[in-house]
Amino acid sequence: MTGIVEISQVWKTYRMGAEDVHALRGVSVSVPEGQYIAIMGASGSGKSTLLNLLGCLDRPTSGTYHLGGEDVSRLGDDQLSFIRSSKIGFIFQSYNLIQQLTVVENIEVPLYYQGWSERDSLERATALAEVVGLSNRVNHRPTELSGGQQQRVAIARALANDPLIMLADEPTGNLDSHTGSDILRLLDQLQAQGKTIITVTHDERVANHAERIIRLADGEIAEERAGRQP
Amino acid sequence: MISFQLKRTFLAGVKSLWLHKLRSVLTVLGMVCGVCAVIIMLAVGEGAKFEAQEQLKQLGSTNIIVKAVKPPEDKTSTTGITNVAQFGLTYDDLERMVETLPNVQVAVPTRKIPKTVGNGARTLDTSVMGTVPWLPTVMNRKVAVGRFLSSTDMRYLRNVCVLEQPVANTLFPFKDAMGQAVRIDGNYYRVVGIMEPVAPPKMPKAGADKSDGPTGIYLPLTTVRARFGETLVTMSSGSFQREQVEIHEIVVSVPAMEQVEKTAAAVQQIMERFHNKKDFVMVVPLELIRAAEKAKRRDQILLGCIAAISLLVGGIGIMNIMLASVTERTREIGIRRALGAKKRHIISQFLTEAALLSGFGGAIGVVVGIIVAWLIGYFMTTTTIVVFWSPALSFSISVTIGLAFGIYPAYRAAEMDPIEALRHE
Ligand SMILES: Nc1ncnc2c1ncn2[C@@H]1O[C@H](COP(=O)(O)OP(=O)(O)O)[C@@H](O)[C@H]1O
Ligand SMILES: [Mg+2]
Repeated sequence: MTGIVEISQVWKTYRMGAEDVHALRGVSVSVPEGQYIAIMGASGSGKSTLLNLLGCLDRPTSGTYHLGGEDVSRLGDDQLSFIRSSKIGFIFQSYNLIQQLTVVENIEVPLYYQGWSERDSLERATALAEVVGLSNRVNHRPTELSGGQQQRVAIARALANDPLIMLADEPTGNLDSHTGSDILRLLDQLQAQGKTIITVTHDERVANHAERIIRLADGEIAEERAGRQP
Repeated sequence: MISFQLKRTFLAGVKSLWLHKLRSVLTVLGMVCGVCAVIIMLAVGEGAKFEAQEQLKQLGSTNIIVKAVKPPEDKTSTTGITNVAQFGLTYDDLERMVETLPNVQVAVPTRKIPKTVGNGARTLDTSVMGTVPWLPTVMNRKVAVGRFLSSTDMRYLRNVCVLEQPVANTLFPFKDAMGQAVRIDGNYYRVVGIMEPVAPPKMPKAGADKSDGPTGIYLPLTTVRARFGETLVTMSSGSFQREQVEIHEIVVSVPAMEQVEKTAAAVQQIMERFHNKKDFVMVVPLELIRAAEKAKRRDQILLGCIAAISLLVGGIGIMNIMLASVTERTREIGIRRALGAKKRHIISQFLTEAALLSGFGGAIGVVVGIIVAWLIGYFMTTTTIVVFWSPALSFSISVTIGLAFGIYPAYRAAEMDPIEALRHE
C-alpha cells in the first residue's frame, strides 16, 4: 500500500424496501499523495456515494478504506468525526458556509472541533483568509460575499486543519465560468503545493485540471484515463 | 481550550436567539410565568412562616389561654335589673389547674375591668387588668422602664400600676409617666413601670393599622379584688347588667411545646367537670398557628401547582421551539458534522441554546416575580418575603427545565445522518 487513499473492493448497498440498491460494486482506487484526481460519471452512477465514503461521512457495506495508512472502514461515529476534523477538507458545490458566522469564524469551525485555542485558531484563520485573498473581508458574513468569494472561504476552511485529502463536490457548479476558473486555478495552486485533491464533477473542463480521471458507471469504475499532464 | 469552546458555544447560542428575538421572547413566556409563580410561592411561604413565628412570640407557643365568656342562656335571664350573671373562671379553677396538672408550672390569672382612667383632665377608656407578677415571663413581654408588679405589691394590695405604652402616651403626652399617678374611680395609682410595645408583626405597609398593639393598665390582682369587688355593673340598652366574674382570663404555661396538646385537653376536662354552663373558651395559640399554617400551605400548594403547570408549559414551549430550530438548521448541523463535530458537540450546542433560552425566561421571571411578590406584600394582608436563595433557586429551576426539555431536540439534532443533513433544502 503506497497511496494516501487506498480503497479496495468497496461495496455500498442501500436497502430500498425489499430490494437492494448497489450504489458501489467493488470499487478499488489507490490515490498517491499529491495527486489531483477527478471522478466523473452519469447521474446515479455512484459519485456522491464514493465521495461520502472517502470523506468518512459513511462506511462501506464491505471492502476496506485506508486513509494515510489507517483503516477507517470500521470506525465508530466519534472516531469518524475525529478523522473528518483532522484529515479531511470538504469543498461543496453550494459552499455550505454557516450563515450567522463571519468569514473568519467559518474558517475557524474545524479548528474549534479540534480543540484549538482561541488565539491560535484566530491567527490561523486570518492567515488562511489571506491565502485565498479575502483578508479584507474577514468580518463579513457569507450573505455579503459573492459566490466566488464564498467558495474561497470554503476552501480556506477546508485547508484549516491541514488535511491529508481535499474533497470537492462540483466546486464550480454554482459559479459562472470566469469565477469558476479562478477557483480551479486556486485548486491548481494547492496541488502544486502538494495537496491531494479529489473532485467530483460533470464538467470535462473541470476534470481536465486533474492529472487522473476516473469514470464511474453503475457503481463500477468504467474508465480511467490521464488528464492534464503535470 | 475548554473555556474557548464554552464561550464559542455560548456566543453562538446568544447569536441564534438574537436572530429570532420575538420568537425567543414569546417562547419563554411560559417560563417567565413559572419562575414568577415559584418566586411568589416561596415569598408567601416565607412570609407565612415569619408571621407564624411572630404570632407565636406574642401569644406564647407553650401557652394555653382560658377566657371567660358569658354563657348564651344567661343573655335572656339577666335582663332584669337585680339579676346577677355569675359566670367565668374562678380562683378554684386556677388552683385546680396549678395543683392537679403536672405539666403546668405557672398560670397567669387576669381580671379585666373596663374603666375610665385619668390624669387630671385627660381621660381614657381602657381595660384595668388585675394580674400577677409573672405575667411578663409567661406572655413574653418586656418592661421598657421601671418594673412590673411585684409580690410585695400583691401582698400589701398596693396602689401601683404598670401602663401599656399607648396608655402612657395618651395620659402623659408631655412628660415621663414614671412615678406619676393615674386616677381610677377616684383612687390614685402610682405608675411603677411601662411595658415595651410589641414589635409590629408585619413590615409597615400602606393602610395597615399601626396602633393594634396591646393596651391597658396592669394592677395587682389583689388590689383589683379589694378596690373593685367581684361584681361588675354595666349599662346596656337602658338596663343595668350585673356580672360577677372572678377571673377573666387564665394563661397556663407548660415547659415544652410537645406538652401543649395534652395539657390543653386536661385543662378542658377540669373546666368541664366544674362548669356546667359553657362560660369559658379555650385558645391554644399553637393550634391557631398550626391551623393558619395549614391554610397557608393550601395556598402554597395551589401556587405550586400553577408554578408546575407553567414550568411544564414553558418547558414544552422551549422544546417546541428547539425542535423547530433543529429542523431549520439541519443544513448547519450537516456542515458542522462534516467538519468534524462529534454528536456531543451538536448536543451541547443545542442544549446551551435551550438553557440560554430558559435562563433568559427565568431571569425575566425572577425580576417580575420579585416585583409581584413585593406588590402582594404591599397591597394585600399577606406578608411576603423574598429570601436571598429564592431567585437563585428559581433561576436554576428554569435552566434545569430548559436543559431537560432541550435534551430531546438536541438528541434529534445529533442523531441526524450528516449526509442527509447536508442535502437538506
Ligand atoms: N441514501 C440512499 N438510499 C438509497 N439509495 C441511495 C442512497 N444514496 C444513493 N442511493 C442510490 O445509489 C445510487 C448512486 O447514487 P449517487 O452516489 O448519489 O450517484 P451520483 O452522485 O453519481 O448521482 C443511485 O441509484 C441512488 O439512487
Ligand atoms: Mg450526486
